[in-house]
Amino acid sequence: MLSKEKKTELLRLATEIRIGAVEEFKARGFGHIGGSLSVADLLAVLYGAVMKYDPKNPKLEDRDKLVCSKGHAGPAVYATLAIKGFFPYEDIKTLNQPGTNFPSHCDRKKTPGIDMTTGSLGQGTSLAVGMAMGDKLKGLKSRTFLVVGDGEINEGQVWEAAMFTAAKNVTNLVWLIDWNKKQLDGYTDDILKNKDIEAKFAAFGFDAVTIDGNDVEALYEALTKEATDKPIAIVLDTVKGKGVKQVEETVANHSMTMTADVYDGWLSELRQELSAIA
Amino acid sequence: MKIIYNGENDRAFKDVLGATIPRLAEADSKVIYLDADLMSCIGTAKWAAANPDRAINCGIAEANMAGIASGLSAVGFKPIMHTFGPFASRRCYDQIFLSGGYAGNSVTVIGTDPGVCAAFNGGTHMPFEDMALYRAIPTAKVFDITDAPMLEDVLAQCINLEGVKYIRVGRKSNKKVYEEGAKFEIGKGIVTDERGTDAVIIACGIMVAKAMEAAKILADKGINVTVIDMFTVKPIDEELVIKYAKACGAVVTAENHNKIGGLTSAVSEVLALALPTVLEYVAIEDEFGEVGPQDYLETRYDLTAEHIVRKVEKAISRKNA
Repeated sequence: MLSKEKKTELLRLATEIRIGAVEEFKARGFGHIGGSLSVADLLAVLYGAVMKYDPKNPKLEDRDKLVCSKGHAGPAVYATLAIKGFFPYEDIKTLNQPGTNFPSHCDRKKTPGIDMTTGSLGQGTSLAVGMAMGDKLKGLKSRTFLVVGDGEINEGQVWEAAMFTAAKNVTNLVWLIDWNKKQLDGYTDDILKNKDIEAKFAAFGFDAVTIDGNDVEALYEALTKEATDKPIAIVLDTVKGKGVKQVEETVANHSMTMTADVYDGWLSELRQELSAIA
Repeated sequence: MKIIYNGENDRAFKDVLGATIPRLAEADSKVIYLDADLMSCIGTAKWAAANPDRAINCGIAEANMAGIASGLSAVGFKPIMHTFGPFASRRCYDQIFLSGGYAGNSVTVIGTDPGVCAAFNGGTHMPFEDMALYRAIPTAKVFDITDAPMLEDVLAQCINLEGVKYIRVGRKSNKKVYEEGAKFEIGKGIVTDERGTDAVIIACGIMVAKAMEAAKILADKGINVTVIDMFTVKPIDEELVIKYAKACGAVVTAENHNKIGGLTSAVSEVLALALPTVLEYVAIEDEFGEVGPQDYLETRYDLTAEHIVRKVEKAISRKNA
């Protein structure tokens, strides 16, 4: 159970992550906002209460690891890492500027704290399997958290990696499927209906559940559960663009280009929300 | 290094892989071996079954295997992954390119049965373009293996090199060229036969022995050539190419690969920029593979000592024209 204080801290962190991401998009004028906002609560719980890491030693061997296979949510991860002290907050506003260390998609060679390079959808899944297996072989207690988009599961490689995870019982790997119901061209139901994601993972041999992925208490409970005899898959029922009303209400919110005025409006909405969290 | 070529067959590569991979893994706890349901084809299955923490059978899922190998590298392991050449290149190309190379991971990839060596598995299993694909991955190293001592030494070196390394090698035996225990310098071609400077034949893989054979046939005709084994196709030994192109004035490449993107392309790139020289090639034309015994396929695709002889004669006549 989350204490009241911790819950408040996580709610604030989630909103701060959203503010950070929107500030990055504002600095560049565009970006992958929908899928960044949908995972802000997840990142808040992971980095605020669940994962072991050291901002001063991003490569700490026995840290827990995050593979954001939906690499376009990089801006939300950058905001999280900045808030947690991996690098100065102002740096993230160089998103996608020439020579930046903060590209659209996560890059482990550029950004301290980014555990794996992702962007070509599906590929983060197998990489996370390899990292988790390696940690297990080394006798580490570390866990790897793998964030996969619901559009991303169109990719066949995802299911190769899922089959492998269950078959080889890679229980120190936690699959997190961001079921925000939309992908670039529109609703996943219209593009390639994925039907019951939880049932698919359960059939593959996972201990699969579906939770409210924008609820920090539900996230905390699911993410602190240790795997027993099966790997865990958590389907996160989320809203794409969560936290900014206009983005939530826009169907085509995968990547949005806006003027500074619009971004300022969104930022003041988020800051009001932040001040309301007590 | 001692060249012992006399036309005899070497040990089978399958046996060499089956002994070398376990030996490397036993000597270095970071070495981990992954395969895609083809362990039995290279003699590693028994060892793998007894060492489940050192050998991972990924099933028939090459893209996933390439990603897992890359992830293992990210946490400090030295992965060796094997499957047949087409699946080790085309089937998991984006994964090797991005999860491997771009992401800064180090993976040694073994693609067996290159080119016509795929023989009875036929066109679906016959990679004429694997070197082209791997050459296009920034900083990747590409090797076409000549014989057993080379396979043993190059594989042992690759596990400790950073980045993506691609080793193409058969499962049957090639002709013996090098003495047992020979050591090879990556990125340096080897002069295996130096009879004269009428032309230079730059070969790799199964074509090295055919080039040696061609050199003998040519010598009987009074034409004296030099043969280079360019086993490291990338990075190619530019200095050696230029040295012998300058000395000979006629160059013939010989490779068990499409003329596009492999050794012929690599040599052409060097010569066009540094020293335009008469060039002929023995390579697969712009064609797909087909099924048949390897000797039939070698004739069908003109990968023979006789064809090398014809191309050398043509190159010399162009030089003298």
